[in-house]
Amino acid sequence: MRVAFTLNGESVAVDVEPRTHLADCLRETLRQTGTHLGCEHGVCGACTVLLDGAAVRSCLVLTAQVEGSAVTTIEGLSNDEALTPLQTAFRTHHGLQCGFCTPGILITAHALLTDEPDADADRIREVLSGNLCRCTGYINIVESVLAARAAYRARPR
Amino acid sequence: MIGTNRYIGSPVERTEDLRFLRGRGEFVGDLAPEGLLHAAILRSPVAHGRIRGIDVAPVLELAGVHAVITAAEIGAVPVIPLRLLPLPGTERFLQPVIAADRVRYVGEPIALVIADSAALAEDGVGAIGLDIEELAPVVDRRVSGAGETVLFEGSGTNLAMTFTATCGDIDAAFREAAYTRREQFEVQRHMAMTMEPRGVLAEWDAAQQRMTVFGAAKVAFFNRDTLAGLLGLPASSVDLIENDVGGGFGARGEFYPEDFLVPFAARHLGRPVRWIEDRREHLIAMNHARETDGDIEIACRRDGTILGLRGDVFVDIGAYIRTTGLIAPRTLTQFLSGPYRVPNQRITTQALLTNKTPTGTYRAPGRYEGSFFFERLLELAANDLGIDIVEMRRRNLISAAEMPYKLPLLDPGGPGAVTEADSGDYAEPLDRCLAEFGWEQKRALQGRLIDGRYHGIAIACFIEGAGAGPKETARLDLEADGLITVYVGSAAVGQGLETVMGQIAADTLGITLDQLRIVHGSTPYLKEGYGSFHSRSTILGGSAVLQGARALAEKIRVAAAARLGVEAADVEFVDGRARTKDGRALTLVELATDRLRVDIEFSNNNTLTYAYGSSAAHVAVDPGTGQVELIDYVAVEDVGRIINPLTLHGQAVGGIVQGLGGAMMENLVYDANGQMLSGSLADYLIPTATDFRTIRAFALQNHPAPSNPLGAKGAGEGTIIPTGAVMANAIANALSSFGATPTALPLSPARVWRMASTRAQ
Amino acid sequence: MKPAAFEYHAPATLLEAVDLLATADAAVIAGGQSLMPLLAFRLAAPSLLVDLRRVPDLDTIAINASGVRLGAKVRWCDIERHDGLATTHPLLREGVSHVAHYAVRNRGTVGGSLAHADPAAELPGIAVACDADIVLFGASGERVVAAADFFTGPLSTARQSNEIVTGLRLPAWPEKRRWAFREFAQRRGDFALAGVALWYDEDTLGRIGDAHVGVIGVSDRPRRLPMVEAMLNGETINDELIREAAARAAQSVDPPTDLHADPDYRRALVATLVERALRAVNAAGH
Repeated sequence: MRVAFTLNGESVAVDVEPRTHLADCLRETLRQTGTHLGCEHGVCGACTVLLDGAAVRSCLVLTAQVEGSAVTTIEGLSNDEALTPLQTAFRTHHGLQCGFCTPGILITAHALLTDEPDADADRIREVLSGNLCRCTGYINIVESVLAARAAYRARPR
Repeated sequence: MIGTNRYIGSPVERTEDLRFLRGRGEFVGDLAPEGLLHAAILRSPVAHGRIRGIDVAPVLELAGVHAVITAAEIGAVPVIPLRLLPLPGTERFLQPVIAADRVRYVGEPIALVIADSAALAEDGVGAIGLDIEELAPVVDRRVSGAGETVLFEGSGTNLAMTFTATCGDIDAAFREAAYTRREQFEVQRHMAMTMEPRGVLAEWDAAQQRMTVFGAAKVAFFNRDTLAGLLGLPASSVDLIENDVGGGFGARGEFYPEDFLVPFAARHLGRPVRWIEDRREHLIAMNHARETDGDIEIACRRDGTILGLRGDVFVDIGAYIRTTGLIAPRTLTQFLSGPYRVPNQRITTQALLTNKTPTGTYRAPGRYEGSFFFERLLELAANDLGIDIVEMRRRNLISAAEMPYKLPLLDPGGPGAVTEADSGDYAEPLDRCLAEFGWEQKRALQGRLIDGRYHGIAIACFIEGAGAGPKETARLDLEADGLITVYVGSAAVGQGLETVMGQIAADTLGITLDQLRIVHGSTPYLKEGYGSFHSRSTILGGSAVLQGARALAEKIRVAAAARLGVEAADVEFVDGRARTKDGRALTLVELATDRLRVDIEFSNNNTLTYAYGSSAAHVAVDPGTGQVELIDYVAVEDVGRIINPLTLHGQAVGGIVQGLGGAMMENLVYDANGQMLSGSLADYLIPTATDFRTIRAFALQNHPAPSNPLGAKGAGEGTIIPTGAVMANAIANALSSFGATPTALPLSPARVWRMASTRAQ
Repeated sequence: MKPAAFEYHAPATLLEAVDLLATADAAVIAGGQSLMPLLAFRLAAPSLLVDLRRVPDLDTIAINASGVRLGAKVRWCDIERHDGLATTHPLLREGVSHVAHYAVRNRGTVGGSLAHADPAAELPGIAVACDADIVLFGASGERVVAAADFFTGPLSTARQSNEIVTGLRLPAWPEKRRWAFREFAQRRGDFALAGVALWYDEDTLGRIGDAHVGVIGVSDRPRRLPMVEAMLNGETINDELIREAAARAAQSVDPPTDLHADPDYRRALVATLVERALRAVNAAGH
């Protein structure tokens, strides 16, 4: 079936089986492989993307369900020239090791800080509790998100 | 001496991050060459059985299915050789690359379906008709040991191997001892659980008769040689490429059945084939670990001085011996006493086969289990003898004056059977840990009920052996663009290898990081390599890079001298330029046409290093729910030489939290039929961001390793070691008024509740 | 873990959706947070998925004198963001705050949770504890089923295969009502090993009346504990009553065994949570 939606600001149209979830559509059909599959049953959060601005697990969304919607992936939150403030915070504070969970964590952190730039460590932990990481032990991830708040506070809401 | 030391010792930000943060990492699942086909695997639904028939006809009729591969297509089904400890007798218990007539664990591969998409391949798997005659499953190591049902007909036994560690005179020690205590302990089956499941992509070039495999990790060279042998190809015709790797922890990168089956399929079909493990598969197909129980006894003087340790330990290694399957039982046997002076020992460990997923190495294999057993016993002894729990440790730690300290002798022999703790003062991290933790202030909390919760503290000490040889290789090339490419045989598993190797090379050469390219792990670039395991990359790979960089610096001086008409001794290589005393200089770009290159290998003669440290925990236990809150956790480790404090700290914290997962919540549960019940991430629980909020890790470099030019000791596996021990002891201390004596992991809420639900008399 | 193949339709009206369900072996999808994992594990393999995403008028939250009505497509995040609900129905708001995780809360729905009927889920527990009604729409039109009758077993409800859950009606919630919600899960966001949603009204003498004690995670479906309620009714809250009610709660449940907990432990959890809930009500005077 044909599904048309906006990906990182650009119109796309794909032809997929109805059973194809959004994560596989992004990775296999559209070759945007920054979104990762860690469990495919909605627990690990590695596949998190923004759907109409809200963080969602893309392995739990059928491609068909994003008809007419706006999807943002890690590629859409990045640019070639420089790391964004959020990415810089993660690099400075060593908030990643193998990098596999990282795109999902960045998307979730971005959604959180966009809505709640004053989120404290407890709130950050609560929201990120839905993103599993096996390498870092989360300490540096929380430090990174705390450090990134300054940039989000400075943004017009 | 290192040149500039601008980078070594500094918290250099990682070069890897630039791609990972943008979602531009290249993991094997991200690769999709032209003409790609997808594989899915039919795995045994029963724990023990005889295959009577496999009906693939319905599958071949499905649209999009290209082939089904079973043992029939392979012919003589080879077995997977052991990478480590191929001791006599082990050949009886090796895993065939595919099940032929017998299946021995739920999850054992029976068939591979190749189709146009992963979904269609999975449809194909569901359509295969399987006729298996079920046999009695052996799910418990006691049943295995009794031997009524033998997994391998003809072998007559389920005992894969027995290890013994001995020193001194154990009988005399127990005769003399004023105090003995004997207990049984168990650690549950759990696993590394990497965030990226496994994957293999194989491409067969029929014209060149070359096989290229992507998704390699850890030990690409050994696996390349193994695969070549199994496929009947020369090693030079096989390349294993290491892409980005989503965590290894000792489990990823070993040779698994899929590492043969997928390349075989690619050659069979003449098209690239990719298999990506899904999470359900991962939980039953990736190496399990740690399932161990022991009956051990300690002998002490009245003042707490340990005289002896003896015991019988049993490790449930699953249905086959995997490539590293005997490492944990062996290491546990030799290191049960950890960093402590125990002059008389006899420990016997049996590795027993059961109809469960085979096991392999997982971060600090054997040491984690041993620490739990021994530290629990130490705590009980201290309490019985009325000795302060810190003093109990201090009194018995191997002292600096005793270095190097010979560890118990291991049998059967092999590398490391005779080994010694190399250098260090084990009391230093103990003191630092006590200070950082605030032990004196927190003492008063021991066993107290505050706001409805019981508080407890505990401390444990550990040593981390690392640096298994024999060697590591590196090559440094000065390229046409003036950059230096460093190839190293070590593998990246997410630990920051590229950055650390870059720091070593840059400082030795006196150049900046951006003048380097680091290439690691893959087989095409080096003739041989050894990989990343036993926390050896910095020790061996780093030393190879160090020595290679020195040699290259020398070659640069010699080449510049020749060009400038001076003696090599009159040339300085500083900040990327080769300068004479009279101020003439050549840049690296200018020297590039000399095609300077160094091939080097570094060997440590299998002299292992021993990092060491102490960890303390403060917990609060809710008796109504069994919930344990970790209020503070402090780890201090002396790693010999700190190359990158940022990544080192990351490893330390990551190891702690991973260990806490095993201590508190992870569990691979089997039922009586050998069905693995922890079938999803909703059942196999790993720590999340809200579980352990305060983890503090400190590193020391007071005592460099004598056995490598960096002075580095392995640092990736130390902090995980005592996590089960220290949590169990802290909870025991919190619940001392209940007479709680934890003897098993994990310390789940149900188990902790039980400990707090009856008061001691 | 790719689902088995299915056809997919996103009808524009509720009537069309119900018509499609007449096809054998169809499943309804809204947020997909419970259904998609079942499809991934191939524990469910419907031949047709009927997506409610285009069906209008199912996503409203209506508050009036007769109570709170939640449309089936109301999501957890909608409940969180709704200004009025925190004060109009604090028990609902509190219970929902425990559901899953951030990203799931942006998609998971009221109707989905009710139709899926996990025995440890919060909303079914609140529905039963509050004498709510589940509204269904099928080939024969609208049907209302009391929550007490709706949940029939683990993952099993009174919904016919050609019916769709369209909403939940919670009775009006008096401002002075005393209530508490407590659950215990091993990790934040996990399904509760046990949970309690309780409330009662007090007369002018401070005596408990109309006590409702609902439990989740300790049975094959969410339940009320009538024996505990009977023990509380007519009494004024005090320490001894709280202890006895907790003990009675433990005796009133017959929990299942699973990977994470044995029956004894779940019984102890119920007792602990009932005790803590009653103490919290008493102390805070909600």
